[in-house]
Amino acid sequence: MLAFLIRRLIGAFLVLVAVSFITYLIFVKIPGGDPAPRIAGRLATDQNIADIRQKLHLNDPFYSQYWAMMQSLFSGTLKSYSSQLNVVTEIKRGIPATLSLTIGAGIIWLGFGILVGVISAVTAGRLSDRVITVLALIGISMPVFWLGLIARYLFAQGHPFSVFPDGEYVPLTTNPWQWFVHLLMPWTVLAVLFIGFYGRVLRSNILDTINEDFVRTARAKGLAPRRVLVKHVLRNSLIPIVTLFGLDFAAVIGGSAILTETVFNLRGVGQYAADSVQSLDLPPIMGVTIYATFFIVLFSVVVDLLYAWLDPRIRPT
Amino acid sequence: MAERLIEVKDLKVQFATEDGLVKAVDSVSFELARGQVLGIVGESGSGKSVTAMTLLGLTRDTNTRFEGEVLYKGRDVLKMNEGELQDVRGNEMSMIFQDPMTSLNPVYTIGAQISEAIQIHERADKHVAKQRSVELLKQVGIPNAESRVDNYPHEFSGGMRQRAMIAMALACNPDVLIADEPTTALDVTIQAQIIELIDRLKDEFNSAVILITHDLGVVADVADEIVVMYAGRVVERADTRKLFYDPQHPYTWGLLGSIPRLDGPKQERLHSIKGTPPSLINAPAGCKFRPRCPHAFDKCMEEPRLENRVEEPGHLDRCWLTVDQKRSLRVPTLAGTEEAA
Amino acid sequence: MSGRGNGSEPLLEVNHVKKYFPIRKGLLQREVGRVHAVDDVTFAVRAGETIGLVGESGCGKSTLGRTIVRLLEPTEGSVIFEGRDISKLRTRSLRPLRRDMQMIFQDPYASLNPRKRVGSIIGTPLKIHGYDKSKRRQRVQELLETVGLSPEHYNRFPHEFSGGQRQRIGVARALALNPKLVVADEPVSALDVSIQSQMLNLLDDLQKELSLTYIFIAHDLGVVRHVSDRIAVMYLGKLVEVSPAEDLYQRPIMPYTEALLSAVPIPDPDLAHKRERIVLQGDVPSPINPPSGCRFHPRCRYMTDICKEVEPPLVDYGRGHLAACHHPLNVDRETLEQVRVSKSQTPGSADEAARPQEPGKVEAKPIPRSG
Repeated sequence: MLAFLIRRLIGAFLVLVAVSFITYLIFVKIPGGDPAPRIAGRLATDQNIADIRQKLHLNDPFYSQYWAMMQSLFSGTLKSYSSQLNVVTEIKRGIPATLSLTIGAGIIWLGFGILVGVISAVTAGRLSDRVITVLALIGISMPVFWLGLIARYLFAQGHPFSVFPDGEYVPLTTNPWQWFVHLLMPWTVLAVLFIGFYGRVLRSNILDTINEDFVRTARAKGLAPRRVLVKHVLRNSLIPIVTLFGLDFAAVIGGSAILTETVFNLRGVGQYAADSVQSLDLPPIMGVTIYATFFIVLFSVVVDLLYAWLDPRIRPT
Repeated sequence: MAERLIEVKDLKVQFATEDGLVKAVDSVSFELARGQVLGIVGESGSGKSVTAMTLLGLTRDTNTRFEGEVLYKGRDVLKMNEGELQDVRGNEMSMIFQDPMTSLNPVYTIGAQISEAIQIHERADKHVAKQRSVELLKQVGIPNAESRVDNYPHEFSGGMRQRAMIAMALACNPDVLIADEPTTALDVTIQAQIIELIDRLKDEFNSAVILITHDLGVVADVADEIVVMYAGRVVERADTRKLFYDPQHPYTWGLLGSIPRLDGPKQERLHSIKGTPPSLINAPAGCKFRPRCPHAFDKCMEEPRLENRVEEPGHLDRCWLTVDQKRSLRVPTLAGTEEAA
Repeated sequence: MSGRGNGSEPLLEVNHVKKYFPIRKGLLQREVGRVHAVDDVTFAVRAGETIGLVGESGCGKSTLGRTIVRLLEPTEGSVIFEGRDISKLRTRSLRPLRRDMQMIFQDPYASLNPRKRVGSIIGTPLKIHGYDKSKRRQRVQELLETVGLSPEHYNRFPHEFSGGQRQRIGVARALALNPKLVVADEPVSALDVSIQSQMLNLLDDLQKELSLTYIFIAHDLGVVRHVSDRIAVMYLGKLVEVSPAEDLYQRPIMPYTEALLSAVPIPDPDLAHKRERIVLQGDVPSPINPPSGCRFHPRCRYMTDICKEVEPPLVDYGRGHLAACHHPLNVDRETLEQVRVSKSQTPGSADEAARPQEPGKVEAKPIPRSG
């Protein structure tokens, strides 16, 4: 067990290094990525630009620049090129919004995804299944930004209902009710995609499991259908969903709900990342990348452990 | 005469599929008395498994049609509702299946799976049920039962898993144990162990056993009566000794002749029944075995009735040949000297 | 199946072959143990002969079969085919060899690719070895007929066939390139009894028609009797008895063989009742830590102290019948005096000085002959 964890930690570290380095390389090589002219401003002279280059060590070989940037990132001193704001501070500022969005949406999409999956599997072939399937496919196919904009238009800007506030994030500590109300639309919009997807996956798992021999044995033992469904069928078919959820959740916390955050102007980590990429502002990009990778790696270890707990066949003996 | 536990009368089970109506079981009748071991022998497609599962109502589905009666202690299983069926399953009639690896839930311990039956049917509490599970594992011959009760199915070997399944089936002291090809997936040595176990437990638990298999050798030693099925019908039914020493149906001869024997000189060529089992959707007219029978004659275009044609009452067969004809025609098949397909 | 060995050179020689699988644990994935799947096996096969390789699950017979056709590389020892050592050959050099050695697998449902048509399944070996298209189709149809299927089945998918028919397709595929040696890994275990006999008869016919040599792997001594010239019994990775077929059934020497014979069901109620059924207790022990001395000793009813300590060598009891046991059955005193330890076939670890002591205490009950 210990050996397993140590190996994973080493692996995680290597992943972080690789991801950060590759990201760095990409953005350094992109045309237009040179930050010096932008920082210098429109009226800069060549000398200004050269000075800035000097100051920011932009003439050093790329690996030492990389090393320098990593150092300053981890010591909390890294500053954005464009805004001169401290990267780590900005990320921290965005975390509450992102976290609130992720956890809320996660609960919704997991709960409804399971519900939808079970209903459509249990009524497979019948009307309810077909309706759910169509809805799921619609949900999966609708682009998040489109759905978000439509939702805002319909429900926040008064056409026809102005039930919800139009985006923006209110911290939980400031006003819990407003926090909740402001997040309802973003939660729903983000969850719709996942509900459709999870529902389909679970439906397929359940239908496979129902045909397994051990389910036949359970019925032959005289167990009631509900018990067979929950304790035997679901207990097995939910296992892959756990893995999926772990990784999706990690990705969203890491800021991958970029579109949702931007459309609703939640100013979370995802939106910060989106803005930085648009302006090719390397330091925040690096910061967010490390932040996101960390979560994904962490959750993938958690998911592995969870999987082994749920499925005894996988446990290292 | 021992109490009659099961009476199957003219059972028909049909599945409506895209390709047509599959007549999986086509008028099957037999009985089972307390303390008796009934062997149901047949190959793939004979309907033996469907018959067995129907005894527990496991074949019910929107596409399935039933006719006839399946009486368990006088009550018709086909007419029971789901609740009554649940009371019977695992409690009064239990079933074990062919592949013990896939027939046990991989995420629960063996103990938990055995206890589940006890907790549900006897409303026992967890600890009592677990104690019983350990006892049962000991009875089926699993060493270190106290610790193995907490193992998962994948931690058991094939033979042990099958024993665990048997323990699970016997947990609530059922009157009837149905074993559907319990040894087919196992090695010959383990097969011997399991058959011996079933034989012993039949006495200890005073259960009746229905043993389903495609291998006549397996039932020769343990069965009291044997039913041979082909294409959804019973083609012969007799006491074990009578079936082996005075078989009356050409399919039975074919089965007996196909088995490589150890008790005799080596056969030059094994008998084999030519052709393949018929489609259950478009069955041939007349006797279902006719296309593959080397002794078919014109009367075989008319479906033979399952009747007692021999002196011995209780020995039924479904073949138009006279008893004398049968006794002479079968000799080369059984001896393996017949020109095989 | 009558096999005539032509020539003195054996077609296949297996010399002290071992196949171990490592078990890795820990941070650095160090090898903490090994599965001794095949542990020092030696035998030879003459052209045209059929060797039955028999044992329970886990005895290593399938692993040995795969090592012979080089699906696996032996950990130690050598496999010599037609005088050439093929144990360490690389993939490219092995390719031409594949024309000569083929395998038939156990599970007709799992061993055929469900997405390929039958014609393609059987034709792929021909394609790989350079037959051109026009000849391929013809050959495939020829093969389909040879195995008793209709050439019109060329375009069908495996799921449209029954188990027995699928197994025939597997045989056709194995025969596509006219191999000399066919390793059949439990080819009939998954089939119904009447289909089994069809398949065994087919394999018999094919052997005569195409001059094939078979290594027939099975766990059922009844099935193997019908097809084999010689039989080798394996237990936990080692050969424990090798004998011409009939001799094995008449006088089994090793108690394990006796028990295997006893386990075969007899379709005769009176005989079945009469005979003494030796039911081995327990399961085959793990090949990771095999028992000391004679590996069978924990389950053997004739076991004594020496059996726990010393591994018996393979002893030649005459007429090609070898067995490894300290208390051989069915052997009289005279034969016992004259036996020699088989130097070439005795596993390296066996103590050659451990001569069989005396005939077994209890005389083996022969299979009763039907009257």
